[in-house]
Amino acid sequence: MTSKTRFLSIPYVVWMAIFVVVPIIMVVVYAFTAHDGSFTVDNFRGMTDYISVFGRSFYLALIATVLCIILGYPLALVLSREGPRLQRVFVMLIMLPMWMNFLLRTYAWMSILEDTGLLNALLTKLGLPPIKIINTSGAVVLGMVYNYLPFMVLPIYSVVSKLDRRLVEAAEDLGANPFMVFLKLIFPLSLPGVLSGITMVFVPSVSTFAISQLLGGSKNLLLGDLIEMQFLGSAYNPHLGSAIALVMMIIVVICMYVMNKFGEGEETAVVL
Amino acid sequence: MMRKRRSTVISRIFLAVIFIFLYAPIFVLITFSFNSSKSRTQWAGFTLDWYAELFNDASIMNAFSTTLLVSLLAAAIATVFGTVTALGFYCLRKRWRSPLMAVNNIPLTNADIVTGVSLCLLFVFFGSRLKFNLGFGTLLVAHITFNVPYVLLSVMPKLYQLDRSLIDAAQDLGCTPARAFLKVTVPELMPGIINGAIIAFTMSIDDFVISYFTAGSTVSTLSMTIYAMTRRRVTPKINAISSLLFGAVLVLLIIINVREIRQEEAKKRAEAKLRQGAMQK
Amino acid sequence: MSKELIRLSGVSVAFDGEIVLDDMNIHFNDKEFLTLLGPSGCGKTTTLRIIGGFLVPTAGDVFFDNVRINNVPPHKRQVNTVFQKYALFPHLNVFENIAFGLHLVRPKLSKKEIHDRVMEMLEIVSLKGFENRSVSLLSGGQQQRVAIARALVNRPRVLLLDEPLGALDLRLRKDMQNELKRIQQAMEITFIYVTHDQEEALAMSDTVVVMNEGKIQQIGTPEDIYNEPENAFVADFIGESNIVDGFMCADKVVEIFGRKFECVDGGFAPNEPVDVVIRPEDVDIVPEKDGMLTGTVTNITFKGVHYDIIVDFKGFKWLIQSTDPSPVGAKIGIKIDPDGFHIMKKSRYSGMFGDYSSYSAEYDEIGDLEYEPSENEAELEEEMRYDF
Repeated sequence: MTSKTRFLSIPYVVWMAIFVVVPIIMVVVYAFTAHDGSFTVDNFRGMTDYISVFGRSFYLALIATVLCIILGYPLALVLSREGPRLQRVFVMLIMLPMWMNFLLRTYAWMSILEDTGLLNALLTKLGLPPIKIINTSGAVVLGMVYNYLPFMVLPIYSVVSKLDRRLVEAAEDLGANPFMVFLKLIFPLSLPGVLSGITMVFVPSVSTFAISQLLGGSKNLLLGDLIEMQFLGSAYNPHLGSAIALVMMIIVVICMYVMNKFGEGEETAVVL
Repeated sequence: MMRKRRSTVISRIFLAVIFIFLYAPIFVLITFSFNSSKSRTQWAGFTLDWYAELFNDASIMNAFSTTLLVSLLAAAIATVFGTVTALGFYCLRKRWRSPLMAVNNIPLTNADIVTGVSLCLLFVFFGSRLKFNLGFGTLLVAHITFNVPYVLLSVMPKLYQLDRSLIDAAQDLGCTPARAFLKVTVPELMPGIINGAIIAFTMSIDDFVISYFTAGSTVSTLSMTIYAMTRRRVTPKINAISSLLFGAVLVLLIIINVREIRQEEAKKRAEAKLRQGAMQK
Repeated sequence: MSKELIRLSGVSVAFDGEIVLDDMNIHFNDKEFLTLLGPSGCGKTTTLRIIGGFLVPTAGDVFFDNVRINNVPPHKRQVNTVFQKYALFPHLNVFENIAFGLHLVRPKLSKKEIHDRVMEMLEIVSLKGFENRSVSLLSGGQQQRVAIARALVNRPRVLLLDEPLGALDLRLRKDMQNELKRIQQAMEITFIYVTHDQEEALAMSDTVVVMNEGKIQQIGTPEDIYNEPENAFVADFIGESNIVDGFMCADKVVEIFGRKFECVDGGFAPNEPVDVVIRPEDVDIVPEKDGMLTGTVTNITFKGVHYDIIVDFKGFKWLIQSTDPSPVGAKIGIKIDPDGFHIMKKSRYSGMFGDYSSYSAEYDEIGDLEYEPSENEAELEEEMRYDF
């Protein structure tokens, strides 16, 4: 009962206090103070100029997340029906790009989508008119989907592939057609995977700044860009930056909370 | 039967399209790393010049060694730190453990940029008062901070799976508690510890956002250098880095997978042998 | 032979105020096979853990060879344990598992000596040729043998066995019972064996200790325990028993159901209320008119060697075992020899056991399936965090 081992947790508790808790408190404090350190809510008032950026960030992240579900869910299902050897290979192939730096992956799309890029070269060769895609919000969404699709596929796959075959057989035995099997059995059981996938796609999408800068140009400013500018960029103002980060964090937390309530708050494992 | 075959064909086509989507950009990237002109669309002939230039570029090489150093150090420290903490947490009462684990999960669930700017605030604020600058030290601390949660999350389940009677058995056979820890507990936790170390290392290698906010202006990781390069001017050196990294990751993944497959098959064979033996009996 | 080796004196254990062992006084003799027998949560595993050194009693003392060892840690005791579910080290193979303790002996043993002793042990437990196997690829019976070898190779003076056969199937269990007895006799050491299985206890032990609710109910040879149970709990736990209320009219005369019977017990106060145990196999079925008592058959089940027959005597149901069947509804008489009655003093268990009113044919099977070793104790141990 009198175990001294528990004292081993003290160093990390101190570490977390200094490097996790205090920094977040500082964000809150900065958000509510002015340059001279006095209390103010001006930082939040100043944010009204950026409502369009908030709107765009959440809108684009939402579209990217929905697209990831539309592509990722069937992909996970298809994968789980392959033989064990093929499954392993396919899962590896899906993870492989994830292990490559996301800036490089994004850069790859830059050279394809450019006005004089490969895509337009290909279209010209086919006798089609070139399209303007780089520096549009479409390119940003494409970049998000490309970067974060594996984060959607893998959690769903890990749930679906562990689904007991006998459950499907039992449902069929009880008279369910394939559509009903999916609707009544597979989908509800895979929901935790979907929820975890949504979190893993939505959070980085809504807060990204590199993807938008590389593919969206200067017109498609996102929240991430805004925050970055306040800390390291031209518009140096960490108080405003903190306020924006705080508001973003709170909105994300509320979204996740509502979504998890909706999905019966299923706790899901972290999937690498 | 017909319907099933058709659905297989459709799903295969779907798979093919997805994989083209995933790999076409990478393929383009790698191909143009061998292009003798700077163009990103016109093929002008094969060359290895960009690779040569890459290795002669001091800033890239510097960034590469910084990345490697910070990743190795952060992963090693986080692994030890996380494992020790896991033991401590395991012995805590649930009342204490649950809130601490919740705090531990904050860096995992928070957007990277929030973790990054919050640490940036901390370092700048205390840096100006305690006279230190953002640099390798702050970068390392930031990396350790986001690595430990991963180690903790991969070691804790192993601790819960640990059969405590194994430790009793070791002591029963003559181990002091400390020896029992080294000879039984550590080997039992090893898969979780190694897994945690690998995750921590790859997270460090891959990180851009948090490094970007905590490294300051004097130190640069590979991710940060790549970011700067993509923003400045176009050079196929980036393609060359991509190819090398992709190759390294590919080889690593293949090795890991082949090893896993071999182990599984060896186990299956041994089990089959056992069953056979039991049947002959 | 019967030199005292271990003594527990006034030992009590409480977890969070819940008493698990209550003032236990017992001694263990050298070279004997002693079994701690009882249902889940009776304190038998706790007793074993105290002897092994994994648990320090809340009160009382533990002596080993007349030396107090309350605070001697497990690794310094001349005692080894075969754990429930074996606790083999999964990262080590069979040889390394068995050699584990030998590597820790100081002064160091030579490589050859370790090798020889492990090989000798493998021979004793009939596992020659398995030394390089991974323990996870062994069958339950083989794992069991490795666990025994791993403990015995250290030449302990006492081997503690915690439900070692619980995870094996019935056939293997019977084989291992003989094997364990043989090993104990060959090694000439003390075995302290924990089980909830009364057959196992009777078959192997020199001494059986029946425990319940943290208290010793009876200590004795298997024959004593079966033939002369001290209270209704022991009578019911060991074998099948019909237990009825009665009075001792005088020495060797007992009254049940308002009738006097001749018996062999004595030494009670006149008209003292007692519990009377009648074993199902001690009852003979006779034609109704010849019976000492008469009753109606309400149920009959074929059990192989015999039939289990439930007979209703004025609302009280008895279990009778007979090789001849009697149809349900038949009126029968019964006859019991004087030595078929066993008289016990009233205890707190009186009236709780020995009625077959709710008998069902699956009674035995349910009893067997129930095996889930020391649930309560496991839960209590769960409460204690491990110290590394």
